[in-house]
Amino acid sequence: MTTPLLSLQRLTKAYPGVVANDQVSFDIGEGEVHALLGENGAGKSTLVKMIYGLVKPDSGTMLLRGQAFAPPEPRAARADGIAMVFQHFSLFDALNVAENIALGMENPPPMGDLASRIREVSETYGLPLDPFRTVGDLSAGERQRVEIIRCLLQDPKLLIMDEPTSVLTPQEVEILFETLNKLRSEGTSILYISHKLEEIRTLCDHATILRLGKNVGECVPSETSARDMAEMMVGSTLQTPERSGREFGDVALDVSGLSVPSPSEFGTALKNVHMTVRKGEVLGVGGVAGNGQDELLGVLSGEIQTTADAIKFNGQPIGKLGPTARRKLGVLTAPEERLGHAAAPDMSLTENALLTGSVREGLENNGFLKWSETKSFAEKIISAFDVRTPGPENAARSLSGGNLQKFVIGREVLQNPDVLVVNQPTWGVDAAAAASIRQSILDLAAKGTAVICISQDLDELMEISDSFAALNEGRLSAPRTTTGLTVDEIGLMMGGAHGMEVAHV
Amino acid sequence: MIVLEKRPQPSKAWSYATPLVAVLATMVFGGILFAILGKNPIEAIGTIFWEPLFGEFAFYYRPQLLVKGAPLVLIAIGLSLGFRAGIWNIGAEGQYIMGAIFGAGAGLAFYPLDAFYIFPIMVIAGAFGGWLWASIPAFLKVRFGTNEILVSLMLVYVAEQMLASVSLGLLKNPEGFGFPGSRNLQSYESAHNAELIAGSGMHWGVVTALIAVIFAYVLLNRHMLGFHIRLTGEAPRAAKFAGVNPARLILFCLGLSGALAGLAGMFEVSGPSGVVSIDFNVGYGFTAIIVAFLGRLHPVGILLAGGLMALTYIGGEIAQSQLGLPAAAIQVFQGMLLFFLLAFDLLTNYRIRAAHSEVA
Repeated sequence: MTTPLLSLQRLTKAYPGVVANDQVSFDIGEGEVHALLGENGAGKSTLVKMIYGLVKPDSGTMLLRGQAFAPPEPRAARADGIAMVFQHFSLFDALNVAENIALGMENPPPMGDLASRIREVSETYGLPLDPFRTVGDLSAGERQRVEIIRCLLQDPKLLIMDEPTSVLTPQEVEILFETLNKLRSEGTSILYISHKLEEIRTLCDHATILRLGKNVGECVPSETSARDMAEMMVGSTLQTPERSGREFGDVALDVSGLSVPSPSEFGTALKNVHMTVRKGEVLGVGGVAGNGQDELLGVLSGEIQTTADAIKFNGQPIGKLGPTARRKLGVLTAPEERLGHAAAPDMSLTENALLTGSVREGLENNGFLKWSETKSFAEKIISAFDVRTPGPENAARSLSGGNLQKFVIGREVLQNPDVLVVNQPTWGVDAAAAASIRQSILDLAAKGTAVICISQDLDELMEISDSFAALNEGRLSAPRTTTGLTVDEIGLMMGGAHGMEVAHV
Repeated sequence: MIVLEKRPQPSKAWSYATPLVAVLATMVFGGILFAILGKNPIEAIGTIFWEPLFGEFAFYYRPQLLVKGAPLVLIAIGLSLGFRAGIWNIGAEGQYIMGAIFGAGAGLAFYPLDAFYIFPIMVIAGAFGGWLWASIPAFLKVRFGTNEILVSLMLVYVAEQMLASVSLGLLKNPEGFGFPGSRNLQSYESAHNAELIAGSGMHWGVVTALIAVIFAYVLLNRHMLGFHIRLTGEAPRAAKFAGVNPARLILFCLGLSGALAGLAGMFEVSGPSGVVSIDFNVGYGFTAIIVAFLGRLHPVGILLAGGLMALTYIGGEIAQSQLGLPAAAIQVFQGMLLFFLLAFDLLTNYRIRAAHSEVA
């Protein structure tokens, strides 16, 4: 066997409270497209940041063509032939393509030469791009091409791509794959980060799967089913739910035939979603991020409105109602994004308590605000949910993520909802806070609230849900009782076996 | 190396201190500017800030402060509500003109009838004119997603053309010997926005401005609508989540700021100015933008800022006539005020720290 291009040996990186990478080892061969696969928070980003010199490993070594490799900064990594296309672009809107590329170079050639080289590279690799167009006018796919061409001009040996297709249309994905195949045929290695299994099966020669910072397996994607890869991502250590045989009440929320386009250009439209949640039931909605989770929350909160009959609460059509009217009825939600969506960062906790609490807590009187009652409500949330803050007058952004999450969930839980929808309730929250949030959701369900918990944490869903469904490209699988659900079946529900799509259409 | 470090939450102390620091910096750099122009900087600054309040002719200038300050405050209060919500009405000047045309037009329609109800009708007509003019960008934004900054600004120039047209045509004084301009409303008692106390400068516009300050304060701090305005400005997505209807907010904020600007125009044309003429507008609508920001978009702050801005106007005029300072220099001076305010504003949210270069 020949020497691999890059060999990672027992790389470890720990941040306060979390080990992002734990003894990760794998090799990337010459001219190989290597997939790095894992759920959010599995440690993919930290790993590639170490390769690119943005983060220094605590321990472990890297070998580039057999030579020790420890880039102190990205410039050094680039000098050794490693290039990276980030998920978020770093381009100046007001400058043109060539100027943007020149800004990223150590010794930019004269603009005319650079433009002709850009043209040359863009033609060679089938990435149509005019060097003199202003970046502000380009689509996300074209912006990505700027980043790719910026990398290709360095003639890299290893190209790292962080979730490149998350911003692309299907046609653009095809163009990108052709380019990557061409690069591979010329001997360039590619490290391809993604959690989209079908893409990896089409494109990649080899895959390394990370879970909770550890390398949990390797496979040849073209010979492995999406379902098997999903299982590896999820791990086989799922806990079986301990609660079972509880009685549920009547159907509280009934969603039928719900289809809505996404408000965002790169969002996922919901397609013919059906689900019912009974009083006292917790429905867990799993699935890989970006498959319609935000849209599902939006359509249930009332931020996205739809046909009246698509969503019924206790038999009453509510699809056309806005957030305030739904809150009045008892349908409450807690979005994933804490700062800027669930809470206003610069406003005090008191004001943030008012944000969703005004209707049900009676915090206004003919539009006039009752600040002292609002403050008491904020204090009630703070004490009931152990939110660590000097007081309710502090700005939301001064709280740590976990504390703000407790506040956001507590704000909804304390309003005694009839239906509660939460998206990623314990995302980025330490274990103790996560446990207390989960417990509060379970307590609420025990009192008869119908709960929908959208999450990418399958362990969490298995722990608290009575039934489970998965979102895949905007479609929701038929909910099933969690008891007795095997990892196999979960993998099938969320792994996106593409045969199912035909059946649904 | 000096780095800016984001504060965990905005500094209260700095948010109060920045206007004062900005005024001081403006005095220093304005003084340098005046010195370069060959004037004694201390004398110039003194003339601008001291003379109108405590100088020899202060009895004449003090009422002028109210006359100049009232429209600024009235317009700025309206603008500040929109600015708080991220809705940028830049065309208050046009709404001010339309308010004046509608108000004066309503009054002149009754000429020479003598009745108590004429002035109230003019007030309503003035507010309506401004509201109507601001509702154009509001409607276009809601319906077609146009940019309200551009539309409201361009409508200023349309309004100026309308002003010229009515001065020469529809509202021209039939007894004016062919000169452009309307009848003088000061000499039509039923339509005259006279001083409430003679020699005080206090007219209905001043009273309305004070009411607007109180109204805006209550709205922003005690009412759900005001909360939604602030929420929309600070976190639009959270506002949508809270149930704010963005279209309704746009119509309200632009409409209200237009109505207040219209009122300001109406009180001006029926009082201090008296005449609808081609050069009726003097830029209150634009200066009010500075006033709104100088007052930190806070009603009480705007009241103080309006006073300060009126002071620089009048002081500037005195400096022009007494010291021969060019008008442009006074405008630069006023511009500096906004510039320094925005610059020092950074310190509310960030602290300056000397940092050693660290390895990331």
